[in-house]
Amino acid sequence: MSDKPVIYVDNNATTCVAPEVLEAMLPYLTRCYGNPGSIHTFGGSVAKDVENARLKIAELLNADHRNPDGEATEIIFTSCGTESDNAAIWSALLTNPERKKVIASKVEHPAILNLGRELERRGYIFETIPVDGNGRIDMQALEEALDDNTAIVSVMYANNEIGNIYPVEEIAKLAHKHGALFHTDAVQAVGKVPIDLANSEIDMLSCSGHKLHAPKGIGVLYVRRGIRFRPFIVGGHQEKARRGGTENVASVVALGKAAELAKNGMAEEVKYLSMLRDRLENGLLERIPRIKINGDKSSRLPNTSSVSFEFIEGEAILLLMNQFGICASSGSACTTGSLEPSHVLRAMGIPYTSAHGTIRFSFSRYNTVEEVDFILEKLPPIIATLRKLSPYWKEEYAQ
Amino acid sequence: MWNYNEKVMDHFLNPRNVGEVENPDGVGDVGNITCGDALKLTFKLDENGRIADVKFKTFGCASAIASSSALTELVKGMTLEEASKVTNQDIVALLGELPEAKMHCSVMGMEALQAAIANYRGEEVADNGDDHEGAIICKCFGVTDTKIRNVAKQNNLHKASEITNFCKAGGACGSCLDEIQRVLDELWNNAPAEKAAPKLDDFNKLTTVQKVFRVQEVIDKEIRPLLEHDGGSIELVDLNGSNVIVRLTGRCSSCPSAGVTLKYTVQDKLREFVSSDLTVESI
Ligand SMILES: Cc1ncc(COP(=O)(O)O)c(C=O)c1O
Ligand code: FES
Ligand SMILES: [Zn+2]
Ligand SMILES: [Zn+2]
Repeated sequence: MSDKPVIYVDNNATTCVAPEVLEAMLPYLTRCYGNPGSIHTFGGSVAKDVENARLKIAELLNADHRNPDGEATEIIFTSCGTESDNAAIWSALLTNPERKKVIASKVEHPAILNLGRELERRGYIFETIPVDGNGRIDMQALEEALDDNTAIVSVMYANNEIGNIYPVEEIAKLAHKHGALFHTDAVQAVGKVPIDLANSEIDMLSCSGHKLHAPKGIGVLYVRRGIRFRPFIVGGHQEKARRGGTENVASVVALGKAAELAKNGMAEEVKYLSMLRDRLENGLLERIPRIKINGDKSSRLPNTSSVSFEFIEGEAILLLMNQFGICASSGSACTTGSLEPSHVLRAMGIPYTSAHGTIRFSFSRYNTVEEVDFILEKLPPIIATLRKLSPYWKEEYAQ
Repeated sequence: MWNYNEKVMDHFLNPRNVGEVENPDGVGDVGNITCGDALKLTFKLDENGRIADVKFKTFGCASAIASSSALTELVKGMTLEEASKVTNQDIVALLGELPEAKMHCSVMGMEALQAAIANYRGEEVADNGDDHEGAIICKCFGVTDTKIRNVAKQNNLHKASEITNFCKAGGACGSCLDEIQRVLDELWNNAPAEKAAPKLDDFNKLTTVQKVFRVQEVIDKEIRPLLEHDGGSIELVDLNGSNVIVRLTGRCSSCPSAGVTLKYTVQDKLREFVSSDLTVESI
């Protein structure tokens, strides 16, 4: 890694660990190394800190059930968002063996889509629901797909590439009408928008620490009280026998702290992040011809902007931005090592003239107006340079 | 992030010979926007028949731009006779190296050059720089068997995954990968590459006991663990020619998806690890 200043606008990929979070977790990597499962006070006191973190996450999600010991037992700690997604789907299938179908949207994260392909190989049915040009789910197709063979519907709370927020309550109601469970991958939503599980029909919800300023490698699966659950990782009695394996204590505590920060700062941050995003989008629209903002403007995350620059290719844009320390990401084929543009953009039917040149900017509370202005200064010449190289670009497009 | 060397980055950041030559003698247009790479090459000859001016326009990633830029440096001053012998390997050599998955960018450079020369000579070229002859093997990228054979011969490629790196074929839906491998196997008939999975004729040469042994091994190591995950199991009952007869036990036997499980899991695995001609029957 070099030391040149970094303008990090790739917070949907991962976030920095907040300084307060680092401070909260450090003792558990040094002094407080006890095993929360131990009988002695040295370990036992760590168990209290784990439970405290669990409560903070429950508060962020407004998951209000408490057992007689005051514990937020609806929260299960896992190793990452991907594990939570896998655990949710498998649990639904194993607790409803007479139902063989899983329904998801076409724009889910690979944690769901590739699991679906694996399920198909094992004889289950995996059906994916299309989206429209703005990435909105086709509710009618969803209703038609739902039947009494459906064990679970999984639709993400918010999309990582375009930031769309999906009507999860409405979808949960539909699923329940057919006796199916509803799971939502809320990895991109938790900490960014308010979530109110006490007044919700969501049965299971996935979350991942590294998207909200906690470290990588810690996740949460929320399982509503009363929903039958079968563990995905079988082992010791940890997490009330729902997830084997000694707790990742330092990261659990970190996620607790991150949840507290997110909850306290939420109202402010939503405003601040939308301001940064709008400043970027409006600035780009003013300065660069032939671009398009992707997604559902009426329902999306405050921090995410997906911009298509027509006639050029994303990897080249990213590498030129990288020269200035600007870190974003792209839905282009070339950056991911695959040869096709992202499945989300393709599901939306974004034309290839734009899909290959799509860049995602995603902000966090640590970004500044100055950084946005820096991007607005550096990006237009980059786009112009690449367009000059492109056989598809014509000067009259600039008008 | 790709690891490009300094030479590639230099050609990407400071591309040479960008643009279009006015009144060109030859024009080569290859690739297209759908597959994410396209290159337009134009050149002009001097009175001695050497390439006096050559320019490019490229839609694509950093290595596509660098490969195009390198190509123009390479061929400037060459006669068409010399230029027509330039291969993608020469472009890679000038750049030092390209990541394996980006080799197709150098191939695109070579194709644009060939298309431009053909255009000068008044020969007909296809829109996409793909040969007219040959059958389309990869629908996603419009790649023919002729092109696969050419790329394979020029770069000594034996595996379908290598073909994907060099000309993209097989890199989208992947449904053509078996077919690509078949073209390669045919091409390299005299010098076949080491193949991981045993071929059918190998299998057919085995004694019955050896066959049973091999099938049993794959069932034990590859298939049973998968079924056990779902609470079922499997036993080998008999082997009749290439028909494998098994008994599914436990959860699998009463599970309504047993037919599918059988087809997808058992047969796929046996075909993958033993022989592609096996069929499976359960009793
Ligand atoms: C929507 C979504 N789901 C799941 C994941 C996977 O989370 P993790 O990296 O913690 O496994 C991500 C992160 O990339 C994501 O954006
Ligand atoms: S047909 Fe070749 S990748 Fe789809
Ligand atoms: Zn590329
Ligand atoms: Zn390329």
